[in-house]
Amino acid sequence: MGRILAFIPLAIAAIFGGFFLWGLNPDRDPNNIPSVLISQPAPEFDLAAVDGLETPGLSRADLVGNPRPVIVNVFASWCVPCRAEHGVLTQMVEKDGLTLFGINYKDKPEDATKWLAELGNPYERIGSDLSGRVGIEWGLSGVPETFIVGSDGTVLFRYVGPVVGETAISTFREALIQAGALARGQNG
Amino acid sequence: MRYIAFAFLLLLPVTALAVEPDEMLQDPVLEQRAREISRELRCVVCQNQDIDSSNAGVARDLRILVRERLVAGDSDKEVIAYIHARYGDYVLMRPPLNRATLALWMVPFVFALVSLLVGWTVISRSRRRAAATGFSDDEKAEIARFIEENASKDGS
Repeated sequence: MGRILAFIPLAIAAIFGGFFLWGLNPDRDPNNIPSVLISQPAPEFDLAAVDGLETPGLSRADLVGNPRPVIVNVFASWCVPCRAEHGVLTQMVEKDGLTLFGINYKDKPEDATKWLAELGNPYERIGSDLSGRVGIEWGLSGVPETFIVGSDGTVLFRYVGPVVGETAISTFREALIQAGALARGQNG
Repeated sequence: MRYIAFAFLLLLPVTALAVEPDEMLQDPVLEQRAREISRELRCVVCQNQDIDSSNAGVARDLRILVRERLVAGDSDKEVIAYIHARYGDYVLMRPPLNRATLALWMVPFVFALVSLLVGWTVISRSRRRAAATGFSDDEKAEIARFIEENASKDGS
């Protein structure tokens, strides 16, 4: 019995040490909120087009029945990282032939129109979410956020924050490959 | 005395007033319920704050949504379930008991049990040792006699 008791401090140290080791993992992001939407049908919504823009509006029906999974990007002209991300998304549309839908989150229509005129408009459809209510339906925590939605309307992947930089882009491309939107080895 | 009272006032946590007047409901009962629900919901941007005290945009939207649901006649539980369905367990300030949170809920009890067990073993062991090194009946009688003799000497 005494022998067993003598090992208790060691056992406690091992448990705490293991916990700290787990906490040291640089890939672990404690701010990462798991999305409840993954593998769930995309939320019901119907957004009108941005006022003054020719791109049509976006509703849930547009997400269903596409030949390949589509990208849904939540953006705003007031969001600085969105500007950086814009180029990456444009490339995915132009080089990889992906379909990109946009949700213009809490943005003034004239600002959004100006922003897109300046940077180019890679979006096939853009819904204007003035109140941010559709953002809540998508479980949005901020802009930008980017989703991959399958042909059956199932949300396959969610990326919080801008898809900018090598790590983010390769993570996102891997998700696109997993979703079947991109063939492996296809380089953008 | 007044200074001490003032010092204590400074120690009080500053209650952040994030709820803006235009969000509030006319009905004080509903508003009170909305405040209570808001304190149960975590802000998804500033993650250690409830939405009641957060100034983040999404928190404001959620506060307004909570009030809209209440006005529509939802019960407190239904309102929380509505937001829970969209943001998951993370949005609840009190984690629910399910498979993912089982460890979180059970570890304190396991630790309490283990520490009780260890404590009980240590104490019972030291008792047994005390009993083993104790005096025999003869020795105890001798000690008693010795004490009695000395006590009577002191008394005289």
